Amino acid sequence: MKPLTAVDPATRITLGISFFVLFVALWAAVTFGGLVSKTFLADPWTMVLSGWNLLAEQGFANDIGMTVWRVIGGFLIATALALPLGVAMGAYKPIEAFFEPFVSFARYLPASAFIPLLILWAGIGEAQKLAVIFIGSFFQLVLMIAVTVGNTRRDLVEAAYTLGSSDTSLIRRVLIPGAAPEIAETLRMVLGWAWTYVIVAELIGASSGIGHMITDSQALLATDQIIFGIIVIGLIGLVSDFAFKWSNKHLFPWAQIGR
Amino acid sequence: MANFLTVRGVERRFDKTLALQATDLDVAENDFITILGPSGCGKSTLLRIVAGLDRQTAGEVMLEGRRIDGPGADRGMVFQSYTLFPWLTVRDNVCFGLRERGMARAEQLDTANTFLAKVGLRGFENHYPKQLSGGMQQRVAIARALANGPRMLLMDEPFGALDHQTRELMQELLLGIWEAEKKTVLFVTHDIDEAVFMGSRVVVMSARPGRIKLDRRVDLPHPRHYSVKTTPAFTELKAELTEQVRVEVRAAQAAMAAAV
Repeated sequence: MKPLTAVDPATRITLGISFFVLFVALWAAVTFGGLVSKTFLADPWTMVLSGWNLLAEQGFANDIGMTVWRVIGGFLIATALALPLGVAMGAYKPIEAFFEPFVSFARYLPASAFIPLLILWAGIGEAQKLAVIFIGSFFQLVLMIAVTVGNTRRDLVEAAYTLGSSDTSLIRRVLIPGAAPEIAETLRMVLGWAWTYVIVAELIGASSGIGHMITDSQALLATDQIIFGIIVIGLIGLVSDFAFKWSNKHLFPWAQIGR
Repeated sequence: MANFLTVRGVERRFDKTLALQATDLDVAENDFITILGPSGCGKSTLLRIVAGLDRQTAGEVMLEGRRIDGPGADRGMVFQSYTLFPWLTVRDNVCFGLRERGMARAEQLDTANTFLAKVGLRGFENHYPKQLSGGMQQRVAIARALANGPRMLLMDEPFGALDHQTRELMQELLLGIWEAEKKTVLFVTHDIDEAVFMGSRVVVMSARPGRIKLDRRVDLPHPRHYSVKTTPAFTELKAELTEQVRVEVRAAQAAMAAAV
């Protein structure tokens, strides 16, 4: 091994998978070997069986669907509002001066702490779940988009002006397309965080969703189901991450050159 | 004949430092002016004021009788840094200003093809800037500026980041285009060879605070071939300018030492 030297793709995949295998092997060793009581940690095989049972008998697919819907819904609303505000803040310094201090403050407000308040305001229906995700992702998105747009290379801005750009076309044709790949990367990251908020929202006051299943399983000490739920979340996260990376790569081929 | 570009008493201060002393410069149409001077002498500042990217603290700049108070498509600029838009292909970079004017797409493509051919980049239309070498990127930048049909071309050490061989080829290329198109050019450089070879007039600026200390016509005939660089007329002028610039570089270093 040499610092910062690349590995070839095959080795990379093999190494990546081997840690998963090692992890499961360790888990199997401590559970099957009786080092950890079944009450605290189910073994992998029981987990798989009860996972199958959850999906086939208990309608867990519906829970997954609900959770995915909530994450996507809340995240889309947050994105739809954060994009124009973030771009406006990045482009216009007075707008940034007006909103930035508040947004910086608001992004440290823990979304989960709002849950009791949101239940009071919006009940335990879907609006409350969406609101938790919105609060958790909106402020982060706004700030990161504003910073990205604000970091546009000044020489590109000057070049656009000398080519006859007006202020509005500068935003439309330079600031936004230049910032787009990094904004897409921000969306990918914040979507990951949205996943943690939705589960928290579902742990308290929900009648469906992965988080709800986990709370129910806790009452039954069904660690196998809890672990299965957690793994499902992880897998969905992994898939959405891959989907995002794939689409970013194809939407912004120019940003890949020379990486 | 009325002046094409008139710089009158233009001065630039940054807080307390005077970067550019009240400067006058008259430029005739189709002249190729090279501005030569040590680093930090305010030559780029002067150019940026003409571009409208920087604002003078006193004086005024007139282009064809109109006061300049901001950047515009009538003054095309080529920067030292690579300023092609990385998300646009070579073709769309050249079309950028044309689209800004609302030109029909077919006409844009036509114009882009013409100017890409002039800089020798046919066949690279669909490349992204990062896929090109530095010299090729600057050629696209020149094509982009020219395609826009500016009244004048402002160049801020456009070949400064290129290696010596590429730089010499670029000088010939640009000079060839200028000889064919006859544009008014302001060209900032700190390379004396380049200033003499390219310019029909060389302006030497003094160390900070910058001012014009020498203004010389270059009477080498056109079209100029690179072999002109070894002629006695060329070397003589180069020697004179070298002496002048050297004094200024020394002055700049002395000022720097005194400030420490």
